[in-house]
Amino acid sequence: MSILDIDERLFTLLDKVEFDRSPITDIKEVGECDVGIIEGGLCNAENVEVLREFRRRCKVLVALGACAINGGLPAQRNHLSLPLLLQEVYRSEPGAEYGLIPNDPELPLPLNKVHPLHEVVRIDHFIPGCPPSADAIWQVLTGLLEGREHPLDHSLIHFD
Amino acid sequence: MTYGLETAEHPEQLRRVAIDPVSRVEGHGKVTILLDDDDKVRQVRLHVVEFRGFERFIQGRPYWEVPVMVQRLCGICPVSHHLAASKAMDAIVGTKRLTPTAEKVRRLMHYGQILQSHALHFFHLCSPDLLFGFASEVAKRNIVGVAAAHPETARRGVLLRRFGQEVIRVTAGKRIHGTGSIPGGVNKSVTREERDVLLADIYDMVAWSRDAVALVKQLHGQDPALYNSFGVFRSGMMSLVAPDGALDFYDGSLRARDESGAILFDHVNYREYASYIREEVKPWSYMKFPFLSSLGAEKGWYKVGPLARVQNCDHIASPLADAERREFVDYAGGSPIHAPLAYHWTRMIEMLHAAETIKDLLHDDDIMGDDLVSTGEHAREGIGVIEAPRGTLIHHYRVNDDDLVTMCNLIVSTTHNNQAMNEAIRHVAKRYLSGHRLTEGLLNHIEVAIRAFDPCLSCATHALGQMALELTLVGADGVELDQLARHGDGTVSRSPP
Repeated sequence: MSILDIDERLFTLLDKVEFDRSPITDIKEVGECDVGIIEGGLCNAENVEVLREFRRRCKVLVALGACAINGGLPAQRNHLSLPLLLQEVYRSEPGAEYGLIPNDPELPLPLNKVHPLHEVVRIDHFIPGCPPSADAIWQVLTGLLEGREHPLDHSLIHFD
Repeated sequence: MTYGLETAEHPEQLRRVAIDPVSRVEGHGKVTILLDDDDKVRQVRLHVVEFRGFERFIQGRPYWEVPVMVQRLCGICPVSHHLAASKAMDAIVGTKRLTPTAEKVRRLMHYGQILQSHALHFFHLCSPDLLFGFASEVAKRNIVGVAAAHPETARRGVLLRRFGQEVIRVTAGKRIHGTGSIPGGVNKSVTREERDVLLADIYDMVAWSRDAVALVKQLHGQDPALYNSFGVFRSGMMSLVAPDGALDFYDGSLRARDESGAILFDHVNYREYASYIREEVKPWSYMKFPFLSSLGAEKGWYKVGPLARVQNCDHIASPLADAERREFVDYAGGSPIHAPLAYHWTRMIEMLHAAETIKDLLHDDDIMGDDLVSTGEHAREGIGVIEAPRGTLIHHYRVNDDDLVTMCNLIVSTTHNNQAMNEAIRHVAKRYLSGHRLTEGLLNHIEVAIRAFDPCLSCATHALGQMALELTLVGADGVELDQLARHGDGTVSRSPP
């Protein structure tokens, strides 16, 4: 959603690109794309599947934000035991009833650890920050449209 | 209130249709629908499929980090988490009363967020359904389509959101995941220059918010049968209200009403929330199901958010929004309106209230003061509750002698609405899907109902889930990176290394 912080520049972008699957469209499957932008770390089996599929269909893949690049805040659970976490959240939290732990097959399997994207697929560009500034996002998008090899200036490469 | 269509008797004999992912919402979720041989709908569920673990990994962190950390739960309403945690930490540092500057700067920040979030959800995410029709062309049914067909509506939506984000930037330091609020107060106030820049635009924002209310009213007027009946179910409602019963997004006490509008409890100190609210866990969603403990799990669930708040309060303190509130309440002749699509109408009334309140705060010189922090005797427990854009948000922490967090419990807005969203989509499925060959357009009806609640599924998934298989994650270079732990029956065993 932080892409929307480019504000009115969104309309300039819309003249030049066509959105595929994204949080603001209803397209459910990823099609063939020139540029893919993906945020968030890998937390469960479904994330991994979607990422691999995305990689296959995009010419250029961009990892956006701290979670995609190093796991971000959710990776703070990496030193903890997943079963104990489950136990705590669903069975011993104040106010929680009926001590069961969700286990339906419709729910994707959580990974023991949260992983950054580049551990699983090749990433072409990284935009750091939590979230990256609108200017950084804008520069990468316009840079890729113009075919620049380094679409993000050094001055915009920083976390937070 | 029943759980009709929640669980079918023989799911293995039914055909499964999934809406995966639910789109134009924040975060990830999916809906599964089970149909029998006659295409009759037998089961409908909204599954929240993400998992995070915030409550646990926040433990061991120093309390002053928490307001900055927990806002990472969400990219749309980080300010609500930032402020709910700050309010809890005010108690930890012993603040009895914020300085006027701190309170007003925090309010300004929060009302900025209500404005941007409501604009985002109405214009960017929901307006395509309402302007083009629920079964309109997929390629057009998004903000890009709105920009082509209704350029001025799309432009105003973008600029309203931008203004709200700028209010947040000025008060919190940056638009998303700022650092302005700290335990006991704020770390910056507003400069005269910053205020003047915002003042130059605020009158347009008030006027455009008023037009947005008019737009939703016009949509209701064009097809009242649809708007009043789509996905309707009856339930109680809950929100914070100010001491005088006014709508208040930042502070107040808890009030709940039953489905007919009668008050169940009123002016409950939110620090007592645990005596009033419990949470049920169901096996098919990582999101819990809260309910009012006095009524029990089956009857005690409720709605939160704009539709609940606008009807739960006695009045709104800003005049334009209050006039709109009265018109809304009169629309149903005084009995509560339960129609999910009325969320949009009340959401725009709230956006107008936020714009009016920002205007008043910008004219208040206290926001430029320099008395920013107040503290007192340290405490070991803090509870902060706020009205986030999507509804009541509860943060609860305990700390030890070393000031490290030992307990964290979060009940986020979308979680309160979990049962309500499930009920809404079951009503929609029964009416529109049963007995039909399912098309994309028909399935979008389900999503329209979910979007009405404005769910933030990533907020709602701070909890962790259970696994049922064992898989191995292999990296791009062929090296084994991780395993998925195995659990089958709800018991927890040791995971592989």
